[in-house]
Amino acid sequence: MSAPVVLSLEGITKRFGSLTANDDVTLELRQGELLALLGENGAGKTTLMNILFGHYTADSGRVTAFGQELPPGKPRAAIAAGIGMVHQHFALAANLSVIENVVAGTRPLFSLSLGASAARKRLVELSARFGLAVDPDARVGDLSVGERQRVEILKALYRDARILILDEPTAVLTHQEAEQLYATLRGMAALGLSIIFISHKLHEVMAAADRVVVLRGGKVVAERAASATSREELAELMVGRRVARPRRESQEPGAIVLEASGLDAGGRLKGLDFNVRAGETLGIIGVSGNGQATLVRLACGLETPSAGRLMLYGEPVADPSPRGFVAAGVGRVPEDRNGDGVVGEMALWENAVLERLREPRFSRAGFVDRAAGRQFARSVIERFDVRGGGPDSPIRLLSGGNVQKLILGRNLAEAPKLLVAAQPTRGLDEGAVASVHGEILAARAAGTAVLLISEDLDEVLALADRVQAIVKGRLSPPIPVAAADPRRLGLMMAGIWEEAA
Amino acid sequence: MIRLERRAHVPLAARIGAPIAAVIVALALAGILIALAGAPVLEAYRRMLVGAFGSRLSITETLTRTAPLILTGLAAAVAFRARLWNIGAEGQFLVGALAAAALGSQHGLHLPAPLLIPALMLGGAIAGALLLLGPLMLRLRFGVDEVVTTLLLNFVALLFVSMMIEGVLKDPLAFGWPQSVPVVGDALLPKLLPRSRLHIGLLVAVGLALLVALVQARTVFGMESRAAGLNPAAARFAGIGLTRILVLVACLSGGLAGLAGAIEVMGVKGYVTTDLSPGFGYTGIVVAMLAALDPIGVVFAALFVATMFVGADSMSRALGVPSFIADVIVALSLLAMLVALSLANYRIRR
Repeated sequence: MSAPVVLSLEGITKRFGSLTANDDVTLELRQGELLALLGENGAGKTTLMNILFGHYTADSGRVTAFGQELPPGKPRAAIAAGIGMVHQHFALAANLSVIENVVAGTRPLFSLSLGASAARKRLVELSARFGLAVDPDARVGDLSVGERQRVEILKALYRDARILILDEPTAVLTHQEAEQLYATLRGMAALGLSIIFISHKLHEVMAAADRVVVLRGGKVVAERAASATSREELAELMVGRRVARPRRESQEPGAIVLEASGLDAGGRLKGLDFNVRAGETLGIIGVSGNGQATLVRLACGLETPSAGRLMLYGEPVADPSPRGFVAAGVGRVPEDRNGDGVVGEMALWENAVLERLREPRFSRAGFVDRAAGRQFARSVIERFDVRGGGPDSPIRLLSGGNVQKLILGRNLAEAPKLLVAAQPTRGLDEGAVASVHGEILAARAAGTAVLLISEDLDEVLALADRVQAIVKGRLSPPIPVAAADPRRLGLMMAGIWEEAA
Repeated sequence: MIRLERRAHVPLAARIGAPIAAVIVALALAGILIALAGAPVLEAYRRMLVGAFGSRLSITETLTRTAPLILTGLAAAVAFRARLWNIGAEGQFLVGALAAAALGSQHGLHLPAPLLIPALMLGGAIAGALLLLGPLMLRLRFGVDEVVTTLLLNFVALLFVSMMIEGVLKDPLAFGWPQSVPVVGDALLPKLLPRSRLHIGLLVAVGLALLVALVQARTVFGMESRAAGLNPAAARFAGIGLTRILVLVACLSGGLAGLAGAIEVMGVKGYVTTDLSPGFGYTGIVVAMLAALDPIGVVFAALFVATMFVGADSMSRALGVPSFIADVIVALSLLAMLVALSLANYRIRR
């Protein structure tokens, strides 16, 4: 490649106590290049970018941008040198307009005006040039996640960024938004910007990047041109061993376990009809915020339907409460595993038994049988390979993947008749995804009916037997997964069912 | 860059060391104030210790002070643990005291002593619990912040007590002093030691601390209320009825504070005045925080706070340092405790 090197990191090492987050990392970015930094959670990607941007100070090594060495630990110097960073969690003020968010921090503190007209002209020009359409006067709180991300990118461009760093930019985006983002990024690279994006999603990296740098355990383990590698090779480089996502074996489904007819909850759903059979997985795909949360609440017993019926084994649920659903053999995996799934400050064993605490095997006469609880936790830990702590460790010490394995395990250990799994692998790395998928498929093979609610097309294609899309509280008719491809699912998720059919 | 890093496990030594270190820091800081007041610091602290523990009388006085503080400390600790911010122990204490006085007077219940004493304790506890259930209902129904309602009800309770002891419950034999009719002799708590004010209320308080510790550590209710306090969303997902938990916690918390008031009437004064409580309810919050909400810790924290108050009076008489220094020490130890707790839970990394 002949384009000049705009950014180089040399021998970056960063330790946190006994943990070496970055170990002698060296990489270069050329002008107009789209570089992907690939690695599992904890591989050191974010730490590296934070050093580059001056949030952290490296123990050794140096960062050079456009031929000038950057002083360590000075984000302002990085901005001045033309580096812009878009964090995974946006730093926007929801109550301000787009233009106010973009301008904030660029004007002297005591200047009387925002310089709004000049700023507006520049913002409109930038958004036209780079294809980042957004209304400058919209309130940021009213924007979609994808639009907010555009505002973040515009913020960086407004500050004359010529190098753009995006940390897990698609973690919060839908499939379509992600495709659009990468098209935009490629356009920006063609206009001469240099871009680094962090990801652990293989297909994105393959599709979008020019060059891929793989980090594992804080070290650069490989560097590949995107055109000269494969998903399998990248997966192996990233995890350090061969990982194959488990495959779904076809099997004949049994009797109907869960059946919804005309289901609604206070107008948020519009007469949903679906059913799940024993030994079958029904995948509900859809862009987040289209009624999935309500559907999950209903299927987990947190809410009762305001219209329609939810039948378990052909009968209404006797006790429509979370405990009643658990007692009826429903395993529940909530979308927000740390918010709803576990109590971070409580011990692993307490989290393992919390929803079954009142069952006679875990308590007698109001007193908790702690030995039985610990024993149950130990069996879940062993069977589902939960790592990072024993029965008495606080669960907040566990990684996301291990928390999810515990949540799945405490349900699957009881051989549930129905498993409700909402976004079961969101934010997990490749190894954890494979093991969660393996457990869900094993439950299905054992005859559990699985209701899978997910935004991840690959996941739905890998796990589900039938697929329905949820759009604005409505469900599409089901299609068999054999007839589903990403394009058709994309159309279904956009609410265009007739064309998709 | 120096960062605070959460500790995986807080070692026992750090958990016990934190309050001790906090107290030492508080005493050192208060020492500066004592020196500014022109008194020799070490001598002042010696006087304080002597004043609190130097004689049979002073020991029994300190322990008599400790009993209500244990109960109001427990009241705050059980509520805070479930994230119910009961700032109203002072008011609950007063209505508990008033209920015990009303029921225990010669116009009240007529029961033999072994039944009358538990009945009055229960009456005080129920009065305290009812006073907390009101704000709880407002929170559950309308989302009204219970910090505000419980705090303001303290003043309502105080003025209500004042109205009653100037009115229907006024003692006609008190030469016009605003005090309630006294409880009958059978309602007075037996003394632990003869010729002292120390009564069996102390045993009741310590026993309840042990009981609360047992309930919190070993029962379904204890575990569920902990989960409800730490993460209400996850508790709800697990099927724990948050309303039920909060109502039970409110009964326990308000009941403990009301019981403290009843015991103070039956054990020490025999009647109610508006200055029955030198801030036992508010100080209970400090006691609970010093104990890091641990019920056993509450016993020791209450003893420490009682020591400071009783000792400071004696120091003040001997050296002329204002006895307000006790408030300063207690407040400083609370602040130091908050810092010490975070240091125990985190470690410094750079």
